[in-house]
Amino acid sequence: MALPVIEIRGLTKIYDNNKRVVDNLNLTIYEGEVFGLLGPNGAGKSTTILMLLGLTEPSEGTVTIAGIDATRNPVAVKKIVGYLPEDVGFYDHMTGLENLVYTAMLNGFSRSDSEQKALHLLKRVNLEQEAHKKVGKYSRGMRQRLGLADVLIKNPRVIILDEPTLGIDPSGMHEFLDLIVQLSREEKITVLFSSHHLHQVQQVCDRVAIFVNGKLIAEGNIDQLSKQLFEDGSFHTEFALVEDVSTDTIQKALAGIKGIKRLQWEGQIFALESELDITAQVGRALIEQGYNLRYLNRKQYGLDEIYQRYFLNA
Amino acid sequence: MLKRKPMFVKSISDRLTLTWQQIKNRLSNLRVVQSREATFLVALGVMVRKEVADYLRSWRFLILVALIVLTCIGSVYTAITNMAKALEKSNPDQIFFYLKLFTVSDGTMPSFIVFVGFLGPLLGLMLGFDAINHEQNRGTLSRILSQPIPRDYVLNAKFLAAYLVVSVLLLVLSLFVMGVGMIVLGVPPTAEEFLRILFFVVLSTIYVAVWINLSIFFSVRFRQPATSALAGIAVWLFFTVFYPLLLSFILKPMEPSEMASAVEILKYEKIRLLLVQLMPNELFSQATTTILTPSIRSIGPLTIQQIYGSIPAPLPLSQSLLIVLPQVIGLIALSLICFILSYISFMRKEIRSR
Repeated sequence: MALPVIEIRGLTKIYDNNKRVVDNLNLTIYEGEVFGLLGPNGAGKSTTILMLLGLTEPSEGTVTIAGIDATRNPVAVKKIVGYLPEDVGFYDHMTGLENLVYTAMLNGFSRSDSEQKALHLLKRVNLEQEAHKKVGKYSRGMRQRLGLADVLIKNPRVIILDEPTLGIDPSGMHEFLDLIVQLSREEKITVLFSSHHLHQVQQVCDRVAIFVNGKLIAEGNIDQLSKQLFEDGSFHTEFALVEDVSTDTIQKALAGIKGIKRLQWEGQIFALESELDITAQVGRALIEQGYNLRYLNRKQYGLDEIYQRYFLNA
Repeated sequence: MLKRKPMFVKSISDRLTLTWQQIKNRLSNLRVVQSREATFLVALGVMVRKEVADYLRSWRFLILVALIVLTCIGSVYTAITNMAKALEKSNPDQIFFYLKLFTVSDGTMPSFIVFVGFLGPLLGLMLGFDAINHEQNRGTLSRILSQPIPRDYVLNAKFLAAYLVVSVLLLVLSLFVMGVGMIVLGVPPTAEEFLRILFFVVLSTIYVAVWINLSIFFSVRFRQPATSALAGIAVWLFFTVFYPLLLSFILKPMEPSEMASAVEILKYEKIRLLLVQLMPNELFSQATTTILTPSIRSIGPLTIQQIYGSIPAPLPLSQSLLIVLPQVIGLIALSLICFILSYISFMRKEIRSR
């Protein structure tokens, strides 16, 4: 078992208006994994991240990163944690290289070391050509890649990315995510990746925590999540007919099949919820009664549905 | 005798190298103990350097400098053209040519110290009003604060950089005025004049520091740079325009009649002085006029008994400094209050990315 790097215990943040933005959060993230924090906007992801870095104080609970209390000793934590906020800001009047050198020097590197490191990282994130261009002239995607270089310049053990792909075009996004995975594998960096964009999380993360209204609803890899979610044992079947018939007629047509819980017309298709897997029986019954079946599917759950379901419930 | 001299020199040099070694050792010990603090200080130095560079490259600073240099030239010009008149008068300050350069005016153009008193606050406000909120709005603050530096370094660096820039600017200007004086008057300044002018520069930087700190406080407090700039200008206007009005409104009814006794007049004067000294600009002008006019013996009222028998001669520098000490402490205290306020509101602030 890998070592725990980030340990969050009973973390709670209550703002002035008595709103619990983060509510009794417990989470352990292990060394070298890419962990996804998934949740809709305003779920408390960013607030949690701010507390991890000591940029805001928790109302209750503790956060330790590599054994260091993040609230008591934020400076020591910031030595080993790189943080890329959503929509990262750089000094527009300085070049990309100057911005990186400044960050490196704040981390205690000498000027020559800083320049060397900065140039190396700029190459790594494909910004070599733009190193001496003012950041004000950078595109959104370039800024974000510069942000990644900025995070890496302190040789972090942990990097925290808060909605890092916001506003990058799809191809740039793909590149960016690949870069993150590559880094995590090569340099053994633990990555905490926050997003409301589920496909990205699915693409890069080893484990995922779903976060709604400040509460952790589920945690684990995608398989575990779907098990946790659908443990009520229902099966879902979808079908569509060529004929235009009402729900009542179908209900009567399927009366002979046991275990049907619910039948619903969802615009294009009928959705059927049952206790048993009755997909085949439904198909046979409908055909036997003279209907022309256009579509029949037993629904499998991916992250999409998991996400939908959690967020709708919440 | 001749042979012993080198011996003597050698023993001194031995002793010196020994102590130098010891000092070095001690320093390196200190370095080990405080290595953590030392790396932090390096970071502070890096930040201050960047801030100073930013100021020097910014248009607004160049505009302010141009404005100040022009007014400075104007006031020095009037001072020089009126120098003959100022020196004619049989006053005890007539030997201080150089101090006159800073204080004399013919009424059409204010003197140098009045200009510094007037433009200093603007300079301070302009340097600080967007110190923190601008960085926060651009999203650079959260990036800088996620680096391993104590949070207060951001405030400290902003203040130190602004203070450094102001100090250099005022020092250069004063030396420039002295240089012009040397060319025009043809006499070098005396040591005392030079020291008095240096103290004037120090005083001015302390005064501008008050406004830098005030504007930094507003920049922490208000999210929009425009709001914080306006708040700063409002405070400045209040003290230069409205507070004196308010004062005359309050003091008018209390004014003693011509027939009033000395005790009553003294009481009134004390109240007046107290109320007037609440203004930072008044503290500054009292302190600078005292420093640059050696014959001023007291800022408050003096009784006939106190003056009786005194010779109307200039005070030595140390005595002038003693007189202005309360004003200086007052200005430093104001600065500290503003700094502490910005500290309190900044240290526990939640820093969102944008």
